[in-house]
Amino acid sequence: MTVKARAVPSPSILSGLLLRWEWLLVVLLGIACMVNASLSPYFLDVHNLFDMTFHFMERSLIALPMAFIIISGNIDLSVASNLGMSTIIMAASYKAGLNIWLAMLLGLAAGAVGGLINGLLVARVRLPSLVVTLGTYALYRGVAFVILGDLVVTGFPSSFTAIGQGYVGHTPIPVPLVIFAFFAVLFGLLLHRTAFGRLVYAVGNNETACRFSGVAVDRIRIILFTLSGLMSALAGVVLSARFGSARPNIALGFELDVITAVVLGGVDINGGQGTMPGVVLALFLIGVVRYGMSLKNVPGQIQNTLIGMLLIVAILLPQFLRRLASRSRA
Amino acid sequence: MSDMSENLLELKGISKSFPGVQALDNVDFDLRPGEVHALVGENGAGKSTLVKVITGVHQPDAGEIRFQGQPVTFPNPLVAQQHGVAAIYQEPTLFPDLSVGENIFIGHQPVRPMTRRMDWKRLYERAGELLNALGVKLDPRTRVRGLSVAQQQMVEIAKALSLNARILIMDEPTSALTLRDVEDLFRITRRLREAGTAIVFISHRLEEAFELADRITVLRDGHYVGTRPVPSTTTDEVIQMMVGRTLDTLFPKEEVEIGEVMLRVEGLTKEGLFHDVSFELRRGEILGLAGLVGARRTDVARAIFGISPADSGSIWVDSRQVRISNPQEALALGIVYVPEDRQQQGLVLPMDITQNITLPILREFARRGGWLDNSAERETAQEFAERLDVRAAGLWQKVQQLSGGNQQKVVLAKWLAARPHILILDEPTRGIDVGTKAAVHELMSKLAGQGMSILMISSELPEILGMSDRIVVMYEGRVTAHFTRQEATQEKIMAAATGQPFSNS
Repeated sequence: MTVKARAVPSPSILSGLLLRWEWLLVVLLGIACMVNASLSPYFLDVHNLFDMTFHFMERSLIALPMAFIIISGNIDLSVASNLGMSTIIMAASYKAGLNIWLAMLLGLAAGAVGGLINGLLVARVRLPSLVVTLGTYALYRGVAFVILGDLVVTGFPSSFTAIGQGYVGHTPIPVPLVIFAFFAVLFGLLLHRTAFGRLVYAVGNNETACRFSGVAVDRIRIILFTLSGLMSALAGVVLSARFGSARPNIALGFELDVITAVVLGGVDINGGQGTMPGVVLALFLIGVVRYGMSLKNVPGQIQNTLIGMLLIVAILLPQFLRRLASRSRA
Repeated sequence: MSDMSENLLELKGISKSFPGVQALDNVDFDLRPGEVHALVGENGAGKSTLVKVITGVHQPDAGEIRFQGQPVTFPNPLVAQQHGVAAIYQEPTLFPDLSVGENIFIGHQPVRPMTRRMDWKRLYERAGELLNALGVKLDPRTRVRGLSVAQQQMVEIAKALSLNARILIMDEPTSALTLRDVEDLFRITRRLREAGTAIVFISHRLEEAFELADRITVLRDGHYVGTRPVPSTTTDEVIQMMVGRTLDTLFPKEEVEIGEVMLRVEGLTKEGLFHDVSFELRRGEILGLAGLVGARRTDVARAIFGISPADSGSIWVDSRQVRISNPQEALALGIVYVPEDRQQQGLVLPMDITQNITLPILREFARRGGWLDNSAERETAQEFAERLDVRAAGLWQKVQQLSGGNQQKVVLAKWLAARPHILILDEPTRGIDVGTKAAVHELMSKLAGQGMSILMISSELPEILGMSDRIVVMYEGRVTAHFTRQEATQEKIMAAATGQPFSNS
């Protein structure tokens, strides 16, 4: 008797609950689009559909590494603050006379360092990521205010603002969407097709067994938090380019949408499970829902309240379904 | 029947089985008021299961419990408690932020009759009386946090007395105590005995059982071996009773040529855990590391594997001194460690067989840009799963769905796939079925024959004796004996493992 791996067809990754979960997101996305179409006759216009994505590509860029971090069993609450800090460092150094592209590189480096600090505190000092990133959430935002105070930096060159406002050639495809698509594919492949991605799942499922198997758990954690900082800074570049300005309160509260999308996308808040396609679907779902609410002139505060409720539901629903499944089995 | 009535508690023909294990098989045990009755046996002999039957945690499958001559059942711990059964354990289970007095009366606090409010004055008065009766100098108003383990155990005992305990079970109470504290504990135990309390005393230190107990009952592999009154028995006799099973399961260690020294450990010390541990392991050799639970063998293995490195001492691999500060470095030196707790430390349960087997060597399947070569990975997993005869529906099956034996095979497959030179096995056959056990032993023998060096931690003497070329015995963090295969006997090992100087009588 041996393993009959070849006799029995192996079920695909997209089987079971996951499959149903991602289809559920597709259905919800369809419903949201139909509701929006009924609110505005121009919603389904190709240009409008593409332009809608301008509004949530920055959050989406941050959600990609966030999915990794949550799957690995941690969380990063500091992403929006890190975005603020790195963007203000970029903007302030541009204002001080630095070339915009060098300033951008400086901002990206600052974001990566911010993430690296989170990673070192979590992996080396062994502090819980929830507390570490709550601390840097306040710290990084504070740095942004210390640098710029109540000022606003404007006057970015048009070559820079094109990153956030432009279209690809004469097509209706926005540049931020292309940037996101590129990184979504990159992160998706990294998670689902590489050794690194496999180890992220393994660490999220059982960190102890990984340590006992010689997996460099600390290094993986440090890399993930650094990536998260870098992508937050990149999102800051796109966001300040789209606004044509940068102020210290930029992207305030982004972590809410980012974490909601990741969890809604089927990533287990306790780590170990989730897929990139699910996260991308959830990002578009939240983007479309927010856009619909804006069409109806729902104020931002009310929108946040609803997104917060969605986060709770997205965490509770899988647990509820799991309990239901185990009860029907018993 | 007249002699039964003098027993406070009597257990007859108690059997209890768990899936795959017969924990107790027709065990007798009785307890008289005013005696200390020691319960001894190797790990897995059934001591804790018997205690849990007495305290109502487990219900026996067969057998009878009599309390003061009357048949009783203890369907839950509360009923046992109402019959005056109390237990204290190795690690006290108190509330650290409450006072001593509150801990003693937790759950049955004195209250004022009308208002039902806590009667603090009476609580502390009675707590003080109980502690006085035990001869313990401890203010009932002090917080438990900050008390020594010994003091906390005194509080536990006072708590038991506050419940009018007539049967007190002490499960390894001394293993966390200093010598002085042990003497205090014994003094109090004797005082309780004089007051008529019946005491069940469990310890792996035989000399303690002999110092304190009036009678000693020996269990072995879930069977009742016998009961001896202390003055008329000897440690040699009790050791004989503990180990004296026939070696009916023969282990197939083949004769192989023993080569050069592969691993040498010298003076390895970790404060509070183990001291001055030295041994060497040769090519093709199986070195048995014997001892009882708590002998710190696992801590030594973890130090060698780099999970929690030692404070001092040296490790030599292939006659080169090395520093191993994490498992990655151990792995690079060809050292792997198969942990005892395979569910927590050995496996990622929600992941599949392939993913578990390739976890330590995933890098080998990473192509350009970190791309995972899934078919190469599956081939390797298939190869080692087949070699270990893992029984599963397929390699995609999640490890959590496999039986204990198959899980252990996956852990072994994982580490063999890493092609180690030095294999450390921690209780490699604990909790797995007989068939898998034999397969594991056969595999070990084969690996040694291929030149692998194996360090095997085992608490099962037949396994140690059957598989090992040489044996190192540890007791409380120190190496107490070295034996060759020829010199070793169960009695010698058990004596060294319980800290006894063995008399060759």
